[in-house]
Amino acid sequence: MSPADTTASRQLLPALPLAALFFAAFVLPLTALVLVSLFRDPQFSDLSLVQYVRFLSDPFSLKVLSDTLWLGAEVALATLVLAYPLALVYVASGQFMRTLITFLIMLPLLTSTVVRTFAWIVILGRDGIVNSAMLSLGFWQAPARLLYTWEGMVLALTQIQLPLMALPVINSLLRLDGNLTRAAEGLGASRARIFITIVLPLTLPGAIAGWLLVFAAAATAFITQTLVGGGRIILMPSYIYQQAVGVQDWPFAAALSLIFTLAVTGIVFAVGALSRRFVRGVDAA
Amino acid sequence: MTLSDVRGHSLDLKGIGHAFGTTVALDEIELAVAAGELIALLGPSGCGKTTMLQIIAGFLRPSKGEVRFDGARVEHIPANRRRIGMVFQNYALFPHLSVFENVAYGLRARKRPNAEVAAKVEQMLGLAQMAQFARRLPGELSGGQQQRVALARALAIDPGLVLLDEPFSALDKNLRLDMQIEIKSLLKTFGVTSIIVTHDQEEALSMADRIVVLNKGRIEQIDSPDALYDRPASLFISSFIGHTNLLRGAVTETDRVLLDAGPEINLGRSAQRRRGTAVTISVRPENIAFGAADRPGAIPVTIRATVPLGAVSVTEVLTTSGEAVKISQARAATTTKARAGETAWLAITDTSRISIFSTPADGVQDHQQRSV
Ligand SMILES: Nc1ncnc2c1ncn2[C@@H]1O[C@H](COP(=O)(O)OP(=O)(O)OP(=O)(O)O)[C@@H](O)[C@H]1O
Ligand SMILES: [Mg+2]
Repeated sequence: MSPADTTASRQLLPALPLAALFFAAFVLPLTALVLVSLFRDPQFSDLSLVQYVRFLSDPFSLKVLSDTLWLGAEVALATLVLAYPLALVYVASGQFMRTLITFLIMLPLLTSTVVRTFAWIVILGRDGIVNSAMLSLGFWQAPARLLYTWEGMVLALTQIQLPLMALPVINSLLRLDGNLTRAAEGLGASRARIFITIVLPLTLPGAIAGWLLVFAAAATAFITQTLVGGGRIILMPSYIYQQAVGVQDWPFAAALSLIFTLAVTGIVFAVGALSRRFVRGVDAA
Repeated sequence: MTLSDVRGHSLDLKGIGHAFGTTVALDEIELAVAAGELIALLGPSGCGKTTMLQIIAGFLRPSKGEVRFDGARVEHIPANRRRIGMVFQNYALFPHLSVFENVAYGLRARKRPNAEVAAKVEQMLGLAQMAQFARRLPGELSGGQQQRVALARALAIDPGLVLLDEPFSALDKNLRLDMQIEIKSLLKTFGVTSIIVTHDQEEALSMADRIVVLNKGRIEQIDSPDALYDRPASLFISSFIGHTNLLRGAVTETDRVLLDAGPEINLGRSAQRRRGTAVTISVRPENIAFGAADRPGAIPVTIRATVPLGAVSVTEVLTTSGEAVKISQARAATTTKARAGETAWLAITDTSRISIFSTPADGVQDHQQRSV
């Protein structure tokens, strides 16, 4: 071994624990997953691609996948729509308000997902806060079903995932050169035009980063989906759980996991690549 | 519509004052700018130049005073309805829009038809010599090219007033001179009223019709470049505009000053101060030269160093009372006579071009340091 090789391998030495962890926690299970998915039946008798054929030819499975991806997209869009006004208020505020807003945004991150989800059950339940308020104020005649609905799930996930969107959007808004908006204003642009033509495109990298984070997090949010969605709405995470733990069909569950992982990462990469093509001249956040 | 029809606003600032919290950034600003005039706003860092531009542009509401365009008050009019072309220090070009779209921005904000936008943008880019770069992004341009685009963008909206905040500070020295000439002629072609902020006195002298000297939030003098150089109103200006030599002394007769450095100077006019008043005289480097020891008014000095600066050479000397003096000579005239450490004599060439100031209580040193 030449001296140069020795120094190079020495320099890589500190990375070894991380590499080992990556191997043990990511490469190994993924390989196992691929292997398991290639068996013909739960008895692990024969190797074949039948699990994938089964998924692709089953309308129910395909619907579960598209519903799940759609849920992620919808929640990500909802957080995006909420994050911009919040970020604009933040940037326009003084130091005290900024600290307060930061605290309110970070608050959900400081409590466990389970706690936050149960809070939403309390709010949305049949005897929950919303229903009792609406009934006692006389707006509603009978309690509405809010829990175990698609809308309730989107609402809960939006609140829970908002920090993932708000933080990158605030960050890119803070880095926007104030002279750019001033220049646009001086050239005669209205507030709305400045937002659409200058602020939005220049903060898009942050918004896309947030969108992808929320998309991936919401689509895979097993606990919230299961508890707020109840048993009525079947989405990929609970579908996989049901196939593996309930039906004990491990090969199909493995195939579902792989397909779901590929679909989510595929969308993340596709959106990232698309945005890089269309957002010219803007530093990626 | 031809270019020469485009006339700028006249601008009046009356009693403008502005404070950020307890910091007084501007105080009692009175300024009248005629339509089509090119004004330089000159002053040291932190004297309030940017604040003044922001008030004129409408990004900042003055704490007190009036801003008038063509005689009408505009303080209540927001920036996006003032028809002002602003060129920012860092150009502030929109990085995600092409050169064409940058220049078109103000026209699109005014919802002009596409054909008109295209024609106007092409005209502006042609004048700025940027036509071949229309499709590029700002990040793909050099500093000088970005500046031309910034100016074209500001002029495209037919502004009544163009404000330029230190527009040349990001350019290297050679390019800066070219751009100064180019931009001045462009502004003059348009006949638009312009205010250019700078802390570079040479830039102010070479570009402006009149120069406004700002110091600590107040206007010290408003004058033509020549008048400012020849008849500075204060010690601060005499050392801020161009180089000068400051010599301390005291008034002995109505028209005479005895210098601490030795001789008595005959001013050839009244010093307009009482006998015994401590004064500081300002003598420009080209108004002082080496001379014979026996000449009346000769000032004995010690040579410190000679610095060749292209066409001229500058010799630095020290008077017996410790004042540093710079003499500039055509280099051809410089002889090897002056060596460091030797004694020589100076004579003021034209005493009528001396400026006289009462010596401030806080000393002269303070003013000289700020002039760097
Ligand atoms: N937003 C602000 N808040 C508080 N103080 C400010 C603000 N803007 C400017 N100042 C203060 O007001 C004074 C004038 O500032 P201004 O920016 O107008 O100076 P300037 O002449 O443009 O200086 P420079 O040549 O460095 O750009 C300074 O003392 C500055 O610290
Ligand atoms: Mg400034």
